[in-house]
Amino acid sequence: MNRLSSTHIVYLVALATIIAGTVLVGSAGRNFFSPGNVSDILTGTSILGFIAIGQTLVILVGSLDLSVPYVISLSSLIGAGIMANQPGNILPAVLAALLVSALIGLANGAVVAGLQVHGFIATLGMGLIVSGYLGSNYQGSAGQAPLAFRLIGATGIGPVPVSTLIMLACAAVVLLMLNTTRLGHAMYAVGGDASVARMSGVRTRTPVIAAHVICSTMAGLAGLLLAARLGVGSPTIGSQGGYDLLSIAAVVLGGTLLAGGKGSLIGTLGGVLIFAMLDNIMSVLQVNPFLKDVVRGIVIVVAVAVYARRKVVHRPARFGRGPAHDDDAPPPGPGTSRQGGPSRGDGTGARDEVSA
Amino acid sequence: MRGSILGKVTVIAATSLLALTACTTDSSIEDPPAAEGTASSETTETTGAAQPSEDSTEWFDQAVYDEQDAQRSATFEGDPEQPYLQYIDGEMKDTSAFASTGPKKACFSNASISNPWRQTGWITMNQQLQVLQEAGVISEMETRDAQDDDNTQIADIDYFIAEGNCDAFIISPNSTAAMTPAVERACETGKPVVVFDRGVQTDCAVTFIHPIGGFAWGIDTAEFLSERLNEGDKVVALRILPGVDVLEQRWAAAERIFEENGIEAVDYFTGADPVEIKSIISDELATGDVQGIWMDAGDGAVAAIEAFEDAGADLPVMTGEDEMSFLRKWEETGIDGLAPVYSNFQWRTPLLALQKIFAGEEVPAEWVLPQSPITEEERGEFLTANEGMPDGHYAKFGGEDLPGYPTVWQERQIP
Amino acid sequence: MSVATDRAVLQQNRSPRGERVLRALRTPSGAIFVLVALLFLAVLAANPSFGEPGSLIRFIGRTAPIAIAAIGQYFVIVSGEFDLSMGSVVTAQVIIAGNLIGQDESRTIPVLALMIVFGAFVGLVNGLVTTLLKVPSFIVTLGTMLALLGLVLFWTGGAATGNPADSFRQIGRGGIQDVPVLEVLPYPVLILVATAAAAFWLMRRPYGRTLVAVGDNSRAAALTGASVWWVRTRAFMLSSLAATAAGVILVGYAGVHPSVGQGYEFTAITAVVLGGVVIGGGRGWVLSAAAGAFALELLFTLLNFLGVESTWRDSVQGAIIIVAVAAASRNWQRKRRGASSRAHDEHRPIAAPTPAPGTNEGGT
Repeated sequence: MNRLSSTHIVYLVALATIIAGTVLVGSAGRNFFSPGNVSDILTGTSILGFIAIGQTLVILVGSLDLSVPYVISLSSLIGAGIMANQPGNILPAVLAALLVSALIGLANGAVVAGLQVHGFIATLGMGLIVSGYLGSNYQGSAGQAPLAFRLIGATGIGPVPVSTLIMLACAAVVLLMLNTTRLGHAMYAVGGDASVARMSGVRTRTPVIAAHVICSTMAGLAGLLLAARLGVGSPTIGSQGGYDLLSIAAVVLGGTLLAGGKGSLIGTLGGVLIFAMLDNIMSVLQVNPFLKDVVRGIVIVVAVAVYARRKVVHRPARFGRGPAHDDDAPPPGPGTSRQGGPSRGDGTGARDEVSA
Repeated sequence: MRGSILGKVTVIAATSLLALTACTTDSSIEDPPAAEGTASSETTETTGAAQPSEDSTEWFDQAVYDEQDAQRSATFEGDPEQPYLQYIDGEMKDTSAFASTGPKKACFSNASISNPWRQTGWITMNQQLQVLQEAGVISEMETRDAQDDDNTQIADIDYFIAEGNCDAFIISPNSTAAMTPAVERACETGKPVVVFDRGVQTDCAVTFIHPIGGFAWGIDTAEFLSERLNEGDKVVALRILPGVDVLEQRWAAAERIFEENGIEAVDYFTGADPVEIKSIISDELATGDVQGIWMDAGDGAVAAIEAFEDAGADLPVMTGEDEMSFLRKWEETGIDGLAPVYSNFQWRTPLLALQKIFAGEEVPAEWVLPQSPITEEERGEFLTANEGMPDGHYAKFGGEDLPGYPTVWQERQIP
Repeated sequence: MSVATDRAVLQQNRSPRGERVLRALRTPSGAIFVLVALLFLAVLAANPSFGEPGSLIRFIGRTAPIAIAAIGQYFVIVSGEFDLSMGSVVTAQVIIAGNLIGQDESRTIPVLALMIVFGAFVGLVNGLVTTLLKVPSFIVTLGTMLALLGLVLFWTGGAATGNPADSFRQIGRGGIQDVPVLEVLPYPVLILVATAAAAFWLMRRPYGRTLVAVGDNSRAAALTGASVWWVRTRAFMLSSLAATAAGVILVGYAGVHPSVGQGYEFTAITAVVLGGVVIGGGRGWVLSAAAGAFALELLFTLLNFLGVESTWRDSVQGAIIIVAVAAASRNWQRKRRGASSRAHDEHRPIAAPTPAPGTNEGGT
């Protein structure tokens, strides 16, 4: 047990969920692994997955993003609005939606990094601002996604929805960015200890702003995907899913420290998968919708509790002091990074690179 | 940093393009609806909702408004004792193709049970299900609840199509435009589809069940207030939330009528939170007199009246809803009021419609149920009939003849 | 950096009282009172009748529940944690009151006692899971928020039976009649004053000082012999009890409805942060948190009086919160720059000091 990283534990929990799902869904006379069911689960991972990817970065740098639901709605409206059922408009619509989302992220990042406002408040306020704009300018669903665009939301290769594949592709790109680029290392470093990072020569504002921009862009992508699934843009689609708190829960469930500095994108995807399977199982069992929330709430706490107590001891320390504690943990290095283990070298790599 | 974002965007665009090319070759698990299907839905064949056209965000639709205005005084076919089976004479759908014996499995995709109106209806629906199960019409009803999320509901419907082994679909859409493609996919299975409450922009369903509609609500309430108030009087309009078609239509009609009659109407979004409502009314009373209260749903009506009481102001003329809390407070205070009704008994109709469909009997293509407000004269009768019911219960729930009455509703046993 | 802060705090606490007050007025926790005054003047300009004692006291009464909630949330935030379950606790208590008291006045006292025990219990669970199981409080209380609301809705079938007996509702709705000048002195005002006084007293007791120390640097506090887990757990219990008090007032003020209390946690946290209390713990005054609630409520009232279009209110509110907190954060920097020469501390990406929710024991 002690040799397991939190990512491993997340996937063990996911495995346990699969076993439980197989039994429970089987007891309801269904097959957990039938194409329709797998497709249902994977569809459930796609939207939350996009947001959780972005949220992981934001949490890594020590901030939070509560504005995602409104960015999602806005992006879906801008996307579907510009498309106006013309296939030729898809590219400008996608670009415009992502640009606006990125700008909101830039504003978030600027307020957090520049004005020193805690991410919780900065993004709560930004969410309110966007929500007022949505309420004033859209009284309901608007726009129309053309057929070519809607296919993204409605097709799949076998039981795997295209939307999930796009989400996984995004995850791969972000993972690559986190593990191989200077920016990625700087994100870990800043989240771990901003002062130490600064003393090591890392610009502390850039990673925070970048994380917010990427997070909002991801939310924008989720909004576009929702426009593809719904065929229209909707001013409430983001808040309907409760994606803000759910994505934070998925990130923490995936083993990322809420305080920042340590975490793993792979773990986050595991957290998202657990939520999607949980929803799927409860829906198949026709659990009372009120009790669904009870189960979700308990699972979030229990799942995090499984390793929360353990990991504070066995997680490698933020900077330098790591080796002293690392005897039991997998060595932070390229090998673990590939697997996206949470115990990657955190800021250590960043420091090496920056000071080199 | 900028480079990496650009890079990411490029990758995503490329992936999307790949995906687009892929689905022309790979077999898709579901056939998306033809583009014309949704694009040409500007016509007002489905009256349940104003059709949000390409870029218009206006909810007011004169044609639908006029139609619903006329329906308010229409005669309804069928037994007035069973309002949930009444309908306005119109196009009928032949269902002989669906005629079949033996118990059938119904799959119900529900938007949510997140408000008292939907909870009351959901209880009634389950009691109706019991009756039909005992009669051997329905074997079971599998329900998926989308918890107010369009995206979840689309997945729910797709799941039913792929895995549900359903003989029929009942869909209570969470929103109009967004649910259209999924409903069309359900129709393509060749099984009967029944849509109720909020509409969709397709008439592929066998029947679309709904009370007259939001404009009728708006007309009933705003005319009531306009008759009793003078030009220049102030009405505070308490609205739950923006962007929901059934609610937006109520306000679209009312706002227009208030304007025509020179009544000053200020609208607020309250989230149905009585605390919010009370603060809003208190502030309004602090700035000036308020003669009327208009609500797009009765939740929190009591708090609005109490705000007047606590401020020591004259009680307003008011429209609420047929929720018990409002009816009780209305009687207690003796205010001049009206309880508009968004007929809760419509929750019984979808299962009864399936019974007819499987028997091969024809059903109305658009099943418009009666929707008549409760007036002061009728109030006493409804209060007596629903004695002992909780405050969140709706007077016109229409389940008095079902098993479990009245305990199931009194104890609000939600399956 | 925590060393520097500690030194600064020590210096402050050793300086004479007068100097302390002056210094304090320059902090965000002091500045909130200026903001409240400004907003009050703005509301007064928009509607002069607001200043009449009668309507003013009613306004204070109406703000009491959120101010009490903010005081409760303060304890948790100043200790470096979050309490997101507050709104659900309010809803649960409102519905418990509605369903268990009903129209039977004799049940008022036992049910009230039950509600208090229940509130304390929820806080205890939040606190123990956070401190002993080391689950971040953001997650713990998010879980409690979902589970508690779900349970209550499941139990009641989504809607409470009805309002509780009028005598019980008087706590939130009534007041002492025939008070000179004010006409009526609402009970919620009295409850708020009592809560604020108790909170103020508590923060000057060893418990309060330990709480702030724990929020500032839990390891240091632990080394001085404080039992960090029990200090924090009690903060969660205080928060849930404050939510209970808010629930009792709200059920009287507005009545029973499942949406009463929803979003209260965010309003309370916003109020606390507006009051200059720093997320992450260790800084801020309890009365400033209450003042933050008044600032928020004044803002809503101002928007109502100005007739700002209903759909734009969210935007105005969001913008003002960001600006106010950004200004406050600048203030803290200036203050700390004076207190400690280590200016580079000020450039941390977020306003919170390093120990963040539930993870203070981690990593270091």
